[in-house]
Amino acid sequence: MNDSVSQMIQQVPLNHYIWLSAALFVIGVLGVLYRRNAIVIFMCIELMLNAVNLLMVAFSAWHGTAAGQVFVFFVMAVAAAEVAVGLAILIVIYHNTGSTDINVLNKLKW
Amino acid sequence: MSLYIFYFLAFLAVFSALMVVFSRNPIYSVLYLVITFFSVGGHYLLLSAEFLFAVHIIVYAGAIMVLFLYVIMLMNLNKESEAPKKTLYQFAAVISAGLLMMVVVGAVRGAEQAQIGLGANPALGTVKNLGSMLFNEFLLPFEVVSVLLLAAMVGAVMLGRNPLRTRRQSLKGAAQTRPSHAADVKDAPIENVKQLTNE
Amino acid sequence: MVMDVIVGLVPLAPLAGFLLIGLLNKQLRTWLAGLIACGSVLVSFLLSAALFIAMGDDQPSFTYTAFEWIAAGDFAVSFSFLVDPLSIIMMLIITGVGFLIHVYSTGYMHGDEGYNRFFAYLNLFIFFMLLLVMGSNYLLMFVGWEGVGLCSYLLIGFWFKNTEYNNAAKKAFIMNRIGDVGLILGVIMIFLHFGSLSYPEVFAQAAELNAGTGFITTITLLLFVGAVGKSAQIPLYTWLPDAMAGPTPVSALIHAATMVTAGIYMIARNNILYTLAPATLDVVAVIGVATALFAATIAIAQNDIKKVLAYSTVSQLGLMFLALGVGAYTTGIFHMTTHAFFKALLFLGAGSVIHAMSGDQDIRNMGGLRSYLPITFATFLIATLAIAGLPPFAGFFSKDEILAHTFASSPILWGVGFLASLLTAFYMFRLFFLTFAGTSRASESVRSHLHESPSSMTFPLIVLAVMSAIGGFIGIPAVFGGGHALNNFLAPVFAGSAALAQPHHINHSTELILMGVVVGLTLIVIYFAYNQYVKKASIPAPESAQRSGFEDLVYNKYYVDELYDKVVTRPLEFLSRALDTLVERLMIDQVVNSAGRVVTWGGKTLRLLQTGNTGFYVFAMVISIIILFVVKTFI
Repeated sequence: MNDSVSQMIQQVPLNHYIWLSAALFVIGVLGVLYRRNAIVIFMCIELMLNAVNLLMVAFSAWHGTAAGQVFVFFVMAVAAAEVAVGLAILIVIYHNTGSTDINVLNKLKW
Repeated sequence: MSLYIFYFLAFLAVFSALMVVFSRNPIYSVLYLVITFFSVGGHYLLLSAEFLFAVHIIVYAGAIMVLFLYVIMLMNLNKESEAPKKTLYQFAAVISAGLLMMVVVGAVRGAEQAQIGLGANPALGTVKNLGSMLFNEFLLPFEVVSVLLLAAMVGAVMLGRNPLRTRRQSLKGAAQTRPSHAADVKDAPIENVKQLTNE
Repeated sequence: MVMDVIVGLVPLAPLAGFLLIGLLNKQLRTWLAGLIACGSVLVSFLLSAALFIAMGDDQPSFTYTAFEWIAAGDFAVSFSFLVDPLSIIMMLIITGVGFLIHVYSTGYMHGDEGYNRFFAYLNLFIFFMLLLVMGSNYLLMFVGWEGVGLCSYLLIGFWFKNTEYNNAAKKAFIMNRIGDVGLILGVIMIFLHFGSLSYPEVFAQAAELNAGTGFITTITLLLFVGAVGKSAQIPLYTWLPDAMAGPTPVSALIHAATMVTAGIYMIARNNILYTLAPATLDVVAVIGVATALFAATIAIAQNDIKKVLAYSTVSQLGLMFLALGVGAYTTGIFHMTTHAFFKALLFLGAGSVIHAMSGDQDIRNMGGLRSYLPITFATFLIATLAIAGLPPFAGFFSKDEILAHTFASSPILWGVGFLASLLTAFYMFRLFFLTFAGTSRASESVRSHLHESPSSMTFPLIVLAVMSAIGGFIGIPAVFGGGHALNNFLAPVFAGSAALAQPHHINHSTELILMGVVVGLTLIVIYFAYNQYVKKASIPAPESAQRSGFEDLVYNKYYVDELYDKVVTRPLEFLSRALDTLVERLMIDQVVNSAGRVVTWGGKTLRLLQTGNTGFYVFAMVISIIILFVVKTFI
């Protein structure tokens, strides 16, 4: 039993998780800068949040405490709330301007 | 073995994330995002966060993505109606993202080689463990998050209502169809509220 | 302890008067302002008199330190007063004559719209003058020195709505400041060499020095430059005649009795230093006697009653400097005291005349005022006799002592001084006869208004007349068998000098002969003036008359003002204009304006960041994150 258990424990370098999380985050950033559709930008923001969640769970496993996972819990709750409100705003904007192109929303100056 | 699973899941996550960004059709982006969520959830499982995996799938893939789909369908965006950004901006986006990646990677260079033992502590992400932590150390954030969700709900509802002008007009129209005498005029506000709730 | 309070109160009373009247300027009734002002100076005078009485062999001087003023490393100066025989004499003169002038001003300035302001300034002046003479270190003296300069400016330009008066005030102040450069340099050098600014310490160290060393000569010369500015000697005297633009009580107080004597006081106070620098003393004597003669020649041709008295002041100050220059310090103080009495009396009398003549100051329009202004006539006569140097009036004793000491030192200086004295007698009696004798040359309207001044103005005249008459008796010389009371009183102050250099002695017979010569020739000159202006009743020529050669020169004050204008004022104005266009406009303004322009340009450029495009904002955020990350991790 112990052998199989010790066999099952594989070591993954923590750095790999950091790089993976960074990659997902950067792709999210890329999406935010690259696309014009507001909804796709929103999705890329969700991608970024996920990257962070992953990193926190990885560190939680590395430290051996569950505090990181509890934090992910809260992040998810906040993400859900944010999506709800954000999409509602998006719909209102769509009703007012008729498009989801963010370049239409350029009045935020002076 | 777990190592191969890790690499497969990692590759899947990155690939579908890229497809999220570069898909023309928003619906395709949504679907690829769902795949990304699943692969990240798989990572959670590897890292002994079972409860979190379940919550992740339910909340993200089950609720948030469905919400996205509703909105896209509401706006009838399944057609590819989006003109791409100017080439200069595309370049700038890719380059700055690449810079960010390089900076992050460079920041962890030279850090000591730490290892995570996959499956070393299976009791880490159990409901019991998380629950005990949630209700002991993190009680206050837990309660505050519930208030946050309430605020989000109220906000979403308020944002989703008809604009004030059209609401007033519809109420006026409703009021004018009624016979007008003094009693009704006095009761008009109450009638308006009733109208609202009946809407 | 009681003495400390008294010493502190003497300058404090006028200061309190100034603050009270100055702060409550508009609210105070004029009679109350006058009462407060006169009262505070009277308090100072009574306290000074008390100190004078309390001074004796057992208590030769009082010192009182109010507070430690400056303490910066090695440099420490305290706000302390020294009341010794020299300063008590000055204090009595300042407060005594000052009080009489305050009383006079209540009558003279009656009805003036700046009445309260006038008394505030007068009180402030008394305060600063007391600081000057009571201070026990150079710094406090300098505070008083500058303060009286300030008050002089304020009071000369009292009727500030007239630009000419303002110019006169500015001229006085600026010329004073030119002298002050020398004074400040002298004080700095004193500190550098003696390591202290306190009189006792400096004089104690100086007593052990050898005479004739270079730096002592430099210090004394620099201090003398300050005295030249303040006491109106050549070449910084032109401000004093112009200062007659101020009200007559101001001329009496500041430019006759007190401020201009600050230079005399300073040299007397520093007598040790001056005795150690015989070269400087020679310079002092020469400049003094030259000024005396120079101003006297100008005075004989002036037709404004106050201008004559102004030049007379300059001339008499020259005689005082002559006395100091030959080492007769006590004599200089003696003449200063008697001069305070009769010059103040002359000015106040002139004020009375001007008041009666409805503001006219030209003696060519006066005459015959004897019958209209009897009290003024009598007191003015006593003052004129005093200044001419006729016995037994005050001026005789002091002036004669000066001439005697000068003769012992250098007959040439005596000759010039003697000439100046004769001219003094001449122009003073010219003034007297033209103003009071004969028949009135005033116009009908002016003549109908001629009246004697009110008692507030005549009372001080009478008191001063009495002092001019008997004031000389404090210094009866040995030749008449009197113990020179003033000499004995001031002996401790000048003891250091007396030990270092024996004053020139003159035997009694020579002195009597000199006295006789001087008095005799003075009487002849007075008779000559009488002849000219009463018997022949000749009136000086009007403004526009043709004058020839020397007469033209003295009438126009030797064109000194015009010379200063050409040589000093014009080049300075040119330099000022050049600096303005070159340095100010082209360089400094550019630098300052560029600061503004840079900010504007920066703002305009930064504004371009606000495109309003949300995508661009996100992009900017990402770039900022990258930069922050890099800075935080790698730098």
